[in-house]
Amino acid sequence: MKQFAALLRKDNQSVRYLVVDDSVFARKNLIKMIEMFGGELAGEAGDGLTAIAEFNRIKPDIVLMDITMPQMEGIEAVERIVRQHSDARIVMVSSVGYQENILAALQKGAKHFVQKPVKPEVLYEILRYVLSDDPNATGAPTALVGESRS
Amino acid sequence: MRMELIQPFINAADAVFAESLQGPTKIIDVEMGEDAYRRKGVAALILIKGDIEGRVILDISPEVAVKVAGVLAGTAMEASEQVVRETVCELANMVIGNSVTLLNDQGFHFKVFPPEVHMHESGLEGSADTEALVICIETPCGDIFLNIAMRYLHRRRAERSAVPALD
Repeated sequence: MKQFAALLRKDNQSVRYLVVDDSVFARKNLIKMIEMFGGELAGEAGDGLTAIAEFNRIKPDIVLMDITMPQMEGIEAVERIVRQHSDARIVMVSSVGYQENILAALQKGAKHFVQKPVKPEVLYEILRYVLSDDPNATGAPTALVGESRS
Repeated sequence: MRMELIQPFINAADAVFAESLQGPTKIIDVEMGEDAYRRKGVAALILIKGDIEGRVILDISPEVAVKVAGVLAGTAMEASEQVVRETVCELANMVIGNSVTLLNDQGFHFKVFPPEVHMHESGLEGSADTEALVICIETPCGDIFLNIAMRYLHRRRAERSAVPALD
């Protein structure tokens, strides 16, 4: 299995993720990747409404958000979260990757988009970019997964 | 049969299965079907309506579904109706999502309906006038069947307008 250098916060702590998808498999798959990247699962949600509540409760560093979900779709959830938390970092994860969808998500405040099935190396690079905060920076990983972070 | 409408589904299915099931895939059988579709296992039916319309059926045996579930989840899954149902839906969603992305970027606009799962004896009666392409794809988890019937909406409009009105 490919090894990834751990993605860490600036304070050297694990990145905390909220994973939002109505598919249990999709969530498990993303959680597996998060662990490969040295991250910590802070919460899960199966629809947009629960995602908003979970975001307010756990204040994650990153949200991985599906688009097509019951009750409230991902793009609407992004809009509502970003309205309250302008610094929210949300990455859309969807199998429907046409331009209108991507643009709509970005206009509502999502930081990036990744198409399913998700390739770990693609998600890793996107997360590294989003975590860097500076669009011109690549973000520097600070430790390898499994290494101590003293 | 409009291959330019069907090809994106075949390409997407091949790519999605290879990527998500982490192994090589091969199209081992392709045939035209004009009769009502005979389900082979558990099937997800997805309807598409808009500039183009039709339906896609993704069909797999429960045994294959459980193997797929294990690969998708990254851990062995116990067989259950819910696992099978969610697996078929997840695969269908990924295939359809990737296909409609290709078609939408070509300028077609349409609505994709959520998957309708058929796993018991009743349900999923095909339409005898639906010309469909039935494809069997070999994957590391077993065979997956796709039944695709797509057409342009304007063709149907033309067909309708050609029928004399009944007074």
